[in-house]
Amino acid sequence: MTQDTLTQTPARATVSQAEFRAAILNAQADVPEGLVNPDGQQASKRFSVYRNNVVHSLSEAMLTGFPVLTKLLGDEFFREMAKVYLRIHPPASQLMMHYGAALPGFLESFPGTLHLKYLPDVARLELALRRAYHAGDADPIDPAELTSLGQHDLMEARLTLAPACEVLQAKWPAKSIWDFNMADGPQPSAGGEDILISRIGFEPKTFLLPEGAAEFISSLLKGRSFGTALGLATSNTPDFDLTATLTVLIAAQAITGIDRD
Amino acid sequence: MLDQRTNTTLPDGAGVGYKPQHFQDLLNAPGAVTWLEIHAENYMGDGGRQIAQLRHLAENFPISVHGVGASIGGESRLDPEHLARLKKLLDWLNPASFSEHLAWSTHDSAFLNDLLPLPYTKDTLTRVTAHINEVQELLGRKMLLENPSSYLAFAESTWSEPDFIREVARRTGCGLLLDVNNVFISATNLEFEALDYLDAYPLDLVEEIHLAGHDEDADELGRKLLIDSHGKPVDEPVWALFDHVIARTGARPALIEWDNDVPNWDVLENEAARATAQMAAQTQKVPA
Repeated sequence: MTQDTLTQTPARATVSQAEFRAAILNAQADVPEGLVNPDGQQASKRFSVYRNNVVHSLSEAMLTGFPVLTKLLGDEFFREMAKVYLRIHPPASQLMMHYGAALPGFLESFPGTLHLKYLPDVARLELALRRAYHAGDADPIDPAELTSLGQHDLMEARLTLAPACEVLQAKWPAKSIWDFNMADGPQPSAGGEDILISRIGFEPKTFLLPEGAAEFISSLLKGRSFGTALGLATSNTPDFDLTATLTVLIAAQAITGIDRD
Repeated sequence: MLDQRTNTTLPDGAGVGYKPQHFQDLLNAPGAVTWLEIHAENYMGDGGRQIAQLRHLAENFPISVHGVGASIGGESRLDPEHLARLKKLLDWLNPASFSEHLAWSTHDSAFLNDLLPLPYTKDTLTRVTAHINEVQELLGRKMLLENPSSYLAFAESTWSEPDFIREVARRTGCGLLLDVNNVFISATNLEFEALDYLDAYPLDLVEEIHLAGHDEDADELGRKLLIDSHGKPVDEPVWALFDHVIARTGARPALIEWDNDVPNWDVLENEAARATAQMAAQTQKVPA
């Protein structure tokens, strides 16, 4: 097509990006008028190349980002579900590493998955693992720094946790399901799990938390002092096991600083 | 020999698109590979293994940062959050080159993760020019602009693509990244002569070349439709066009892009070696 042939006829149809986008995300939509084949005729299959590229790349990002869900639902089902998801929730950011953040809620209402009540918690865990993978780097403290603090100093101190650290209070055994599918863990048993997500070196890891620890660690993450966090945890969980909780935090290399003001 | 390069310090040799599975191979046996290109968006996390690997690689290779998410051709304003992330990456990495696409990918805050086409009109020219100026000003560096692969045309276009790109470069001072595979794909799909395109294209502004493989399909009338898949070796006609270009420009930083069905290192390195050999042969024919 040359510039001459293009300028012969005035008033060519213009295609806005809103129109283009709408037609990309809706497989049933007509191809916008003004997108043409080399002979100047309305494009059809050529437009589908863009449609397919978008659907394929977003589906692949979902597949890569949710390996356990893909395993649980099967590759084919997951791909079909991803096609529905991506049309409702196209990426809001260029960072595909975090794409799929709305999947837990989606799974709760998607007809094909709403009866599988444990899936949203598995999705939450997979999202947290991805965030941990890309989180900022921080070296853990020497645990001796913690044990050497006197009782008073410890209660006043604020612990800094690694940027990779998150707590997930799952109603379902999300960590056991993950371990069973990805790490040859034992068959999951029923019941919720409180999970700490952290990173050992560059590897995201999950740790089961004792009762009350989720609240304790969440308080630390909010910047509350050790004493305040402990008070809140023990008031809601009278037999809160601080030693067991600290053992997990140390094993998870979660504590990266002690701020004594 | 044409040389007006000011925007990149990449070496005039072969590079590859970096894939994490090649990390050790690159350090142990880089072979013909003298520089690396990364996709900016994959390195916008706060930390972790990918950033650490990139930091290590950057001590051993010149790095080209190739953006796929700025949506230079977008009708919406450029995303300030994304530009800030881009600036942060470029500021710590200080790469040898930064490039982006003549395309759009975001509209109305939905990012479609694909390089979507633009009509070549006065409005698009104004918008693309303003966006490139904005990017260059914010980043404090010149960028290279890459030509797209096209599957269809816009009836409303009033410029040819080479003329459009030449005018954008003139107005913004940006350098050019010539994707030879994209030229071949667009020429096949839109039924023009690739050599005519290259004759009209401002080769003097080329600071980097891309080479990649494509897939072949057909449209509803059975006409050949090439797909820019980056999942195969570079096709012979693309190597021939590469020769045509470097005969005119001399050796340039030339990248093998292989993003899908990524092969073993020796296969990728072999493609880089071929690019190197072709540039050496052309340089001997046409002394600088």
